[in-house]
Amino acid sequence: MSNHADRLFHRPEGPAELLIRGAHVLDPRADLDEPHDVLIRDGQIAELGLPGSLTAPDGADTVDAEGKHLFPGFVDPHVHLRTPGQEHKEDIGTGTAAAAAGGFCAVIAMPNTDPVVDDAAVLRSLAETATREARVPTGFLAAVTRNLKGQELTEMAELRDAGALGFTDDGKPVVSAGVLRKALQYQRLCGGVIALHEEDPGLSGDGAMHEGAVSARLGIAGIPSLSESTMVARDAALAAYEGARVHFQHLSCVESVEALAHAKEAGAPVSAEVCPHHLTLTDDEVRTLDSRFKMNPPLRSETDRQALIAALRSGLIDCVATDHAPHARHEKEVPFEEAPMGTTGLETAFAVVFTELVLTGDLELDTLVARMTQGAALYDLPIPTIAPGHAANLCLVDLDERFEVGAEGYASRSENCCFHGRTLQGRVLLTLAAGTVAFKTRTLAEARALR
Amino acid sequence: MTRIGPHLLSIDDLDRAAIERILDRAESFDEVSGREIKKVPALRGRTVVNLFYESSTRTSSSFELAAKRLSADVVSIRSQGSAVDKGESLKDTVQTLSAYDPAAIVIRSPHAGAAGLVARWTPAAVINAGDGKHEHPTQALLDVFTLRRRLGSLDGANIWIVGDVLHSRVARSNILAFTRMGANVTLCGPPTLIPRHIEALGCQATATLERLPEADVVYVLRMQQERMRDSFVPSLREYATRYQITPARLQPGQLLMHPGPVNRGVELSGEAIDSPQALIGAQVRAGVAVRMAVLYELLVGSATPSLAAVA
Repeated sequence: MSNHADRLFHRPEGPAELLIRGAHVLDPRADLDEPHDVLIRDGQIAELGLPGSLTAPDGADTVDAEGKHLFPGFVDPHVHLRTPGQEHKEDIGTGTAAAAAGGFCAVIAMPNTDPVVDDAAVLRSLAETATREARVPTGFLAAVTRNLKGQELTEMAELRDAGALGFTDDGKPVVSAGVLRKALQYQRLCGGVIALHEEDPGLSGDGAMHEGAVSARLGIAGIPSLSESTMVARDAALAAYEGARVHFQHLSCVESVEALAHAKEAGAPVSAEVCPHHLTLTDDEVRTLDSRFKMNPPLRSETDRQALIAALRSGLIDCVATDHAPHARHEKEVPFEEAPMGTTGLETAFAVVFTELVLTGDLELDTLVARMTQGAALYDLPIPTIAPGHAANLCLVDLDERFEVGAEGYASRSENCCFHGRTLQGRVLLTLAAGTVAFKTRTLAEARALR
Repeated sequence: MTRIGPHLLSIDDLDRAAIERILDRAESFDEVSGREIKKVPALRGRTVVNLFYESSTRTSSSFELAAKRLSADVVSIRSQGSAVDKGESLKDTVQTLSAYDPAAIVIRSPHAGAAGLVARWTPAAVINAGDGKHEHPTQALLDVFTLRRRLGSLDGANIWIVGDVLHSRVARSNILAFTRMGANVTLCGPPTLIPRHIEALGCQATATLERLPEADVVYVLRMQQERMRDSFVPSLREYATRYQITPARLQPGQLLMHPGPVNRGVELSGEAIDSPQALIGAQVRAGVAVRMAVLYELLVGSATPSLAAVA
């Protein structure tokens, strides 16, 4: 498997010199689950030792982390950073600041910008912007089809040469099976995972929420689950036939989980992600007609939610992805049917799933950590690991601290978070990405524990 | 005492006792509408804003008349030719109008939840005059008022709602109001126009008129011409063949209702509209009294014990 770390871009910062003392280190892949001192020198994990055994060298900072948890940094394979063209919603700087605040040490940005990332020049300019602005390493997917129209393929090989991690028309499906099949064939030349937003527009129509009892009550056109699941089944069959590597984005319903299970059992080279909001909320929230609960795919039923949880637990669904989708306040402050789809999610992802699924006993903590980092592997990126010799990609979390979402504002430029106002548990205190301090809480900063 | 208000956004805002109180109040106001001078001073010095983002004849005119008969100052704004037409957002429009300190804003919008949003942005009482395909609570109240007058009570009545339920806010509010008042509601229409899971609202659904004779009341919905374009029905002709209510399909004694405006010859035959079983005219007349009652209950409410004191 090739290593795509050179397809991530970020602003170079001074490497961290830091001793994290006494944190409970949990890294399922390194088989670590106990308190350690972790010494970081020159941005690399230099040494792990028993609590109290390591001392900070001259010039290094110390964080007293007893009672806190240290995880490998999270990787989000699905964010919208809105650059270029929609910087009033988000830009690479604010979006990656939100990522860092959520414990993410790398993110993968979607190409449905304005202009669309369907041309190597746009991609090169984005990569260049990221080397000036990105707080955490950022990768880019390019479009599968020109201008996301689903008709002509982009110059996929050139886009790969320009640094594309993979391809997607996210926000839209590739409606034509014939066009998608050609992209899958072309993947044999250029590589790059093809990520799919699955939706049959003939079935979703002008739907704005899940089709169910709530949509019937509200008189809002529904998006039936099979709008997604029929396309998952179709494209899994195409992937198997062409031997192509396909990733299913933001699965939302039990029927899609079943189609995915069927494909994986048959040996198709497919993977899938699920979003924190689909794991923790249902269409019942839409009764409020609050446009924060409008996203695509929509919040679905409790049966769907339970199926997604079970699939994430078993690993059938490979990873958690936020689908962080910022929108300006004035764009969301309109009637539900008029509002754009999407919720922000980077700053709340870990705490939401920890509070709603780990604290309730539905998911083990080490499983959550594994699924929050697995997105890297799907795009041939190294999975962050807490082990000597590796770059420091990690996050320090206080699993006891409770906080109200949005009470202190957001690092994101937008505030359309579907968890706004909820009290969550599990606060990210510190994030190191590619060996540098990408985020620290105000408390840590004021305590001068970190410069 | 049952609380009514501060807004009327949905039939869900009202329990049975609240509905009955509004209807009782409407009975007294109906008496006012029979006088030569059709006016009471209940809302003198207060302002009611009608904000209509969709064309409407009977709802907007009856709200306007209702407010005027209560002596309120009335401002009616339609989307055509107003700031709304110039791209002003709903929020900005509502905040601008709120600067006039209206006691109530009556809003009609093509989008579900619009009235609820307006209620967040203004200190005025907000009345939903139709939001998308979601609800039209004052229509449901006037329908219950009309039926209660004829039947005495809706308890145990079998009410059939026939037609395009999928796109009908009237149907949704009426299912809630009729069932809350004790009636059994059956929906009937082409399966393409009956929303999946609608039974969760406490009604039944059927695709044919076979059991129509069971109905005490046949409530017919408007069938919009453009439904053919999206293949909800293959043709209005085929729709009319299967679902048009004609005198031949009605049993003696069944009551016929329609929220208007009627597509004569589509969902209703001309003879049915003009038959003595039809309550369509009574529904329109009830509109003013019921909307007077809603305005009165929201803006004056229990503060004044009897109408006589203000009339």
